[in-house]
Amino acid sequence: MQDITLKITDRNGDLHEVVAPTDMSMNLMEVIRSYELAEEGTIGVCGGMAMCASCQVYVVEGSDKLTEMGAEEDAMLSEAFYVQENSRLGCQIHITEDIDGLEVAIAPYP
Amino acid sequence: MITTDILIIGAGPTGLFTVFEAGLLKLKCHLIDALPQPGGQLTELYPKKPIFDIPGFPAINAGALVDNLMEQIKQFQPGFTLGETAQTLTKLEDGTFEVITNKGTVHHAKAVAIAGGLGTFEPRKPVLDNLSAYEENGVEYFIKEPEHLRNKKVVIAGGGDSALDWSIFLADIASEVTLIHRRNEFRGALDSVEKVQALKDQGKIHMMTPAEVRGLKGDGKLSAITIEKEGEIFDLETDYFIPLFGLTPKLGDIANWGLEIEKNAIVVNNALDYQTNIPGVYAIGDVNTYPGKLKLILCGFHEATLMCQSVYNMLNPGKKFVLKYTTVSGIDGFDGSRKEAEKAVVMKID
Repeated sequence: MQDITLKITDRNGDLHEVVAPTDMSMNLMEVIRSYELAEEGTIGVCGGMAMCASCQVYVVEGSDKLTEMGAEEDAMLSEAFYVQENSRLGCQIHITEDIDGLEVAIAPYP
Repeated sequence: MITTDILIIGAGPTGLFTVFEAGLLKLKCHLIDALPQPGGQLTELYPKKPIFDIPGFPAINAGALVDNLMEQIKQFQPGFTLGETAQTLTKLEDGTFEVITNKGTVHHAKAVAIAGGLGTFEPRKPVLDNLSAYEENGVEYFIKEPEHLRNKKVVIAGGGDSALDWSIFLADIASEVTLIHRRNEFRGALDSVEKVQALKDQGKIHMMTPAEVRGLKGDGKLSAITIEKEGEIFDLETDYFIPLFGLTPKLGDIANWGLEIEKNAIVVNNALDYQTNIPGVYAIGDVNTYPGKLKLILCGFHEATLMCQSVYNMLNPGKKFVLKYTTVSGIDGFDGSRKEAEKAVVMKID
């Protein structure tokens, strides 16, 4: 198991290159929170249950690295705002070696 | 006016358990919550999801935990102000507090415990240019009095349980119900989906999927909405537009009470008793922050327990308090009930 590198553009448009561990059962929303790339209270509001879309991200690069969207994530995005073709929920993207190099941008907070 | 010892703002698990710990110390509680029912996030967001880290419960559904907490605190007869948000907090000259809600309900308490969790749940509003101009003039986020929708044209937007349930309910009240959703698929209870399907087949509900509301029209009062469906844009006459896209928490008026706020949370002195920078006002559970803070239900329970001791000491200066164990001393409810462990049988055997 090794750490991976992710590129995350915050809501101010600033790009951050961060390192994330693959051995801590983390998801992308938790990585964003731990690096404080979004204001606390505006990310992961529901705790990571695909129930609020506060962790919506746009996949800029590496969509082929991601697992397919589950039904709950798909349903939540069907009701979320600012949704684009490349939208995903950060809480449903698990940090594994497969997504090394993934680049995302955090969607606006609804 | 409602008078109590501890006024708890927020009826989530932490707020509810506060009633129990306060009750052991003979302190009465009253709770305010913006939601129409107790339970906070657990009831509103994930009532059927299991929680695995409540001590003594290998797994318990969020809704069941709330039911258990309500049962546990029943004997201490808490009061509830539900469906209202605490708007103002005033410290009176005698050191007590007055809290007034958005509906003008006045509460008077010796101490205030803010257990607001993530904050007040507010409706998630669709991104429409002139939305605020029509709020309360045809655009509504909560259906408080369904009767005023009788014989009116109503458009509901959303793809979850609320949108489905209200469409079903209003099918027999409104003159016309149109349900709009971005997708053809709905995320709701199977029973609700089937009912909507049946009502659609009977012509009682008009479905518009996949479609989105793009604009609102009217002259002071809503008269039509602009819809985009499969590339086509057109207007639909309506009296009411009810977007039901779920709720999102906001700290709300609490942020204006002079409390020290850091990253959308209230700063407390965790080394002592979770008191805020206003003596007599405490913050417990997910709403507070301090070094090492963990937003866990079980931590909220712990914080509530210590906070109640602090309130007791504040209200009874100089009075020696001896910690009692419920197994030993039992529980005396404010309703006259008493719970206690069965006494052991002591008999001589000849």
